[in-house]
Amino acid sequence: MSLLKRFIVGILLAGLAALAPAGGATAQTVVGVTPTEIKIGHTNPYSGNASAYGTIGKTIAAYFKKVNDEGGVNGRKINFISYDDGYSPPKTVEMIRKLVEQDQVAFVFQTLGTPPNTAIQKYLNQQKVPQLFVATGATKWNDPKNFPWTMGYQPNYQTEGRVYAAYALSHVKDAKIGILYQNDDYGKDYLKGFEDGLGDAKKQIVLKQSYEVTDPTIDSQVVNLKNSGANVFFNITTPKFAAQAIKKAHEIGWKPLHFLNNVSSSLGTVLKPAGLDASRDLITALYMKEVTDPQWRNDKGFTDWVAFMKKYYPDGALDDQSNGFGYNVAILMTQVLKQCGNDFSRENIMKQAANVKNFELPLLLPGIKINTSPTDFAPIEQEQLAKFDGEKWALFGEVIEAVRK
Amino acid sequence: MATDSGAAAKAESRAGTLAASRTTAPGRSLRLTAVLAVVAIAAVLPLFVSGFRLFQFTQVLIYAIALLGLNLLTGYNGQFSLGHGAFYGIGAYTSAVMVDRWGIGYGWTIPAAGIVCLIVGFLFGRPALRLEGLYLALATFSLALAVPQILKYFEEWTGGSQGIVLSKPKAPLHLPLTEDQWLYVLTLAVTIVLFVLAANLLGGRTGRAIVAIRDNHIAAEAMGVNNALYKSVTFGVSAAYTGIAGALSAIVVAFVAPDSFDVFLSITLLTGIVIGGFGTISGPIYGALFIQFVPNWAQDISKAAPWAIFGLFLIGFMYVMPRGIAGFLQLVWIRLTRRAVARGEGR
Repeated sequence: MSLLKRFIVGILLAGLAALAPAGGATAQTVVGVTPTEIKIGHTNPYSGNASAYGTIGKTIAAYFKKVNDEGGVNGRKINFISYDDGYSPPKTVEMIRKLVEQDQVAFVFQTLGTPPNTAIQKYLNQQKVPQLFVATGATKWNDPKNFPWTMGYQPNYQTEGRVYAAYALSHVKDAKIGILYQNDDYGKDYLKGFEDGLGDAKKQIVLKQSYEVTDPTIDSQVVNLKNSGANVFFNITTPKFAAQAIKKAHEIGWKPLHFLNNVSSSLGTVLKPAGLDASRDLITALYMKEVTDPQWRNDKGFTDWVAFMKKYYPDGALDDQSNGFGYNVAILMTQVLKQCGNDFSRENIMKQAANVKNFELPLLLPGIKINTSPTDFAPIEQEQLAKFDGEKWALFGEVIEAVRK
Repeated sequence: MATDSGAAAKAESRAGTLAASRTTAPGRSLRLTAVLAVVAIAAVLPLFVSGFRLFQFTQVLIYAIALLGLNLLTGYNGQFSLGHGAFYGIGAYTSAVMVDRWGIGYGWTIPAAGIVCLIVGFLFGRPALRLEGLYLALATFSLALAVPQILKYFEEWTGGSQGIVLSKPKAPLHLPLTEDQWLYVLTLAVTIVLFVLAANLLGGRTGRAIVAIRDNHIAAEAMGVNNALYKSVTFGVSAAYTGIAGALSAIVVAFVAPDSFDVFLSITLLTGIVIGGFGTISGPIYGALFIQFVPNWAQDISKAAPWAIFGLFLIGFMYVMPRGIAGFLQLVWIRLTRRAVARGEGR
């Protein structure tokens, strides 16, 4: 090779080598945080099949604005950068990479949906970027040994399924069980918990029906379930389909012991469209105060939330549980940031997230507290059953310490 | 001269064929220069762009391959497919299953995905011969609907709705490239090879036969073109291309999930070839740039209704460039050369 060619090749190789970025942030490197700003990354389905949840992102953005108006956290304003992923995993990967590599955020917070979070989990753990308080109840987010940078938030689905199974077996003689579930991670997670909870009584399941998120309706599945003779019904559907299922069951005169998964327990977005009368006697497991429940009308946590919504998110519906959800988790995030003091390295952010003790949130049910530790990445592990009485979810029984798997 | 302007007029009315610029020697060498320039720019892109942006451009290349496959079938051969998302998904899962379940090197999965989709495409194309236009569109639509559910059904192979998580491959031979740079280079190499193959295919007898079937299949049959064979093979090859694109996407995104390969993907691909330019080779590249970047721009413009903005972009493009971007550029070129020829020959 001539001298010139060798020179050119050398320059090119050197150039390429120089472009190879260094590995993820080291323990002492602070990314996305300056003395005046904390950059937080976020994706939400603002469009597409799951766009009803987009309001969570808006509530969180509104809350961080409130925090900034009140001086920020430890003197720093929060810069909340949120992108739409349309609930599509490849899009989530792209947007998260944009947040980490281009926007240089300190960490990623409350990314929504099980498939989207699954797609980015490996990358974020490899890059050592905290993936905090993911908005999905999938059981697998509580795995600090294998994924030390990923932490869940809401009580996981399998636990909830087990709670319903236990109740059904102890309250219904000769239970004949029918199940309607969404054919994806979320649906199957609930299903597993429920079936695990049934144990040997699994053979009492008379019919299982599934549906796709892209299906326009699930009426025929509901009819099939009624015809199977089931007197216990576990309804594992997301809000749009839950409303359909409840309405259809009522129309065809089917009145089983009806468990509605917590994901779809919102009065405003599910029960009202389904019909309040049709929703009577539904049972669900709650961990939050229902924002439409009159018993909280004078509760301080509730009134604070209403005041916040009116001032910072006036377009947000006051009967949409998602808006309460976003408010709660934003407060938790702010608490973790406060606990960081002046050390905003990603290591310390993760450490503080795993160090929340008996922290109360305004819209959690009384008695339910946030607890995390280096071996416990499930912030909320308590639930209470409630029955719908035509007007509101009426709590009954005790706060159940849901057993973590 | 009269024949020259006649030829130019014919070329104008046939955006798919490249008669005018092809036949003139300066046109050919200019075209070759343009192609080499584009390839050169693409090759040095990693020096200027890194990480997530490079990832986006890799996606553009992948879409370009997928769109070339679809364009081959729909643009050049006139068979409407609303189901190419299915082949993209089959290709992606072939790659993911081979790497994750059988531990086969990711490099081998690219041709493997091509072969699998070639077979599936051919097998689908054969009975679909009886179907024309709308009916074929519906049949392919049913494929697009079925594949995500089938993928979820065969859980032990495909990981069901959880999908399959893969690892991003490192550059081989200790090359000083990051994973992103290596994947871009690999994808670029595959893209160039596939585009050259397609150009050769479409430039020769086979290409003319394929186009003849689209334009007037009875006349083509009468001239001795075996419609049945060409149509099914085109289906197979088209599926193979899109399948290879799918395999590359599995490697680059490092995750496959059934719901990523839904009907919307098929529609997006169709959008891409129409915007890019029906029945052209360069069209897929423009189309790929469009479907990768315009949704992001739409999001920047409006958080509340990004797809409405996207729709506006789509309508705008269709209004201004009804023959797609490639067709538009061709018109521009023809206008310029016609004027140059007229001036040159002093008519």
